[in-house]
Amino acid sequence: MVSKVAVLADAGPEVEHAAAPVISVQNIVHRYETRTALNGVSFDVRPAELFGLLGPNGSGKTTLFRILSTLMIPTAGRAVVMGCDAAQDPASLRRQIGVVFQAQSVDAKLTAYENLWHQGHLYGLRGSALKKRVGEILARVGLADRAKERVETFSGGMQRRIELAKGLLHHPGVLLLDEPTTGLDPGARRDLWQYLQMLRDEEHVSVLVTTHLMEEAERCDRLAIMNEGNLVALGTPTELKSEIGGDVIMLDAAHDASLLADHIRARFHVETTVMGNQVRIEREGGHRFVPDVVEAFPGEIQAISVSKPALEDVFIHRTGHKFWSEESETVSAVDKKDKKKKRR
Amino acid sequence: MATQATTLPRPMAPASAGVMLPAFTLWWREIVRFYRQPTRVVGVLASPLVFWLVIGSGFGTSFRSGGGPGQQHYLDYFYPGALIMIVLFTSIFTMMSVIEDRKEGFLLSVLVAPVPRTAIVLGKVLGGTTLSAVQGMIFLLFAPFAGVHLDPVQVLLVALVVFLVSFSLTALGFAIAWPMDSSQAFHGIVNLFLIPLWLVSGALFPLTGASKWLQVVMRVNPLTYGVAALRGLMYPGADSSFPLPSSMATLVLFSMAMFGLAWLMANRRTTRPAA
Repeated sequence: MVSKVAVLADAGPEVEHAAAPVISVQNIVHRYETRTALNGVSFDVRPAELFGLLGPNGSGKTTLFRILSTLMIPTAGRAVVMGCDAAQDPASLRRQIGVVFQAQSVDAKLTAYENLWHQGHLYGLRGSALKKRVGEILARVGLADRAKERVETFSGGMQRRIELAKGLLHHPGVLLLDEPTTGLDPGARRDLWQYLQMLRDEEHVSVLVTTHLMEEAERCDRLAIMNEGNLVALGTPTELKSEIGGDVIMLDAAHDASLLADHIRARFHVETTVMGNQVRIEREGGHRFVPDVVEAFPGEIQAISVSKPALEDVFIHRTGHKFWSEESETVSAVDKKDKKKKRR
Repeated sequence: MATQATTLPRPMAPASAGVMLPAFTLWWREIVRFYRQPTRVVGVLASPLVFWLVIGSGFGTSFRSGGGPGQQHYLDYFYPGALIMIVLFTSIFTMMSVIEDRKEGFLLSVLVAPVPRTAIVLGKVLGGTTLSAVQGMIFLLFAPFAGVHLDPVQVLLVALVVFLVSFSLTALGFAIAWPMDSSQAFHGIVNLFLIPLWLVSGALFPLTGASKWLQVVMRVNPLTYGVAALRGLMYPGADSSFPLPSSMATLVLFSMAMFGLAWLMANRRTTRPAA
């Protein structure tokens, strides 16, 4: 799989080509007792890049995140961040990175100020320099007026912002975030992404963020798409989408999808993918193809749609199945329930 | 526009935070968290008294006829044991916060910080030690009612014993809690090993009256030396099987061993998830 990944040209002229990678993931393999979570993954993250790690639940992105943040040693392979090996030199690596976890790591019984004061001590900051920095970062995330209130009184979005402030307090060159928008409403989600982009542009922080949301992945400079422990695609969102020829056509079969797919293949000489009762075709000039295919198989097609390729199509193109399997669908349903609970 | 990717000069943090600053801040957090939870504060102040009065009075009237613990009233005999029990419970159970911290994600943010594990162990253990030692010393205020009158030097020595017992038990609690992912499992271990340890420490009944095998168990039980040291200090007249210096030395050794154990647990780095 890895060898299939084409190294495509850079997105824009801003990115410095020769710069050494900030994060280098080299053929990492990780096995838990019974299953393989990472199956030889390699990629580089460049300086001042907003890099996304996109994959469904269970694709291995959280495992990779744990390895990069030194919480776990990989079974094989190397992870290097700013020149420090995660397995051999965790102490130096930890100084270089800021980490924002999916779980809440702030202490709800402490105030916003106290949480950051505590965090600063862990990074060797102290005294008036620390005081100044805490004030600065609180203003930066827009919580200066709530500094003296306990975090337990904060909304979900505000708690996330404190998490982010914690990760950025010591001026890390690299920021790692694990699904940072979990449980946030769309407004707070947008704010967080704008902030990440600002960090990249103004402070040249390299950001690695894991996500399972396509619309978030679209906002990244480059993406690594993961599936079942393998890297299935690597490149800018635009590049990845452009490798799909033209349009994506989805047909809902009236009877047997695989039979319909066979017929379409024989008749039009196109590649087809069968997903449930749907047949998926990638083809240029989709609008011209639609009347032809409908006329050719009267009564066989229940519905038809044509769309420009999205990142989800890249995933289907590379893996042959949908982004969300049955299992992960239920997980996302639980997510939604959680969100409702929080809002109440 | 960002035309180059070179990093701006940023104020660099000192190369290492050392041990004391992170340890201090973790200790501070334990204390702040404690007094921000009023029910915990009430529990700490009230439970010692309740335990001592209920258990002591109950045993005292039930077993008076045996006359076991010398001529003392049982409430007096039980006083040092009750103090050790308070310290035991508080020490062990404050370290349940290790499990909570891990579950909530707080511990993760400490683990990815450039903090030596020694500082994590020291900060958490001293935090727990402070809470349980203070609770023990509050219980000491009731000493006059148990017929105990201490001079300042004795108070200091008692404080030292309380500190050592608190420290060693908190470190033990840390070592037990570190690899655990549920507080139920932690409770299980405590009920299975630690409460029996207290029962056979001489807190409830004296060593001399026990059967042979139980005497052996009591002699290897570190808590026995805590109870003996306290009893020796509080009731100088009462016969003690262990001289104070040797009890103290045993407690110091036990503290160091438990801290070492906690340190070893915290320094394991594995290929398994940290949370």
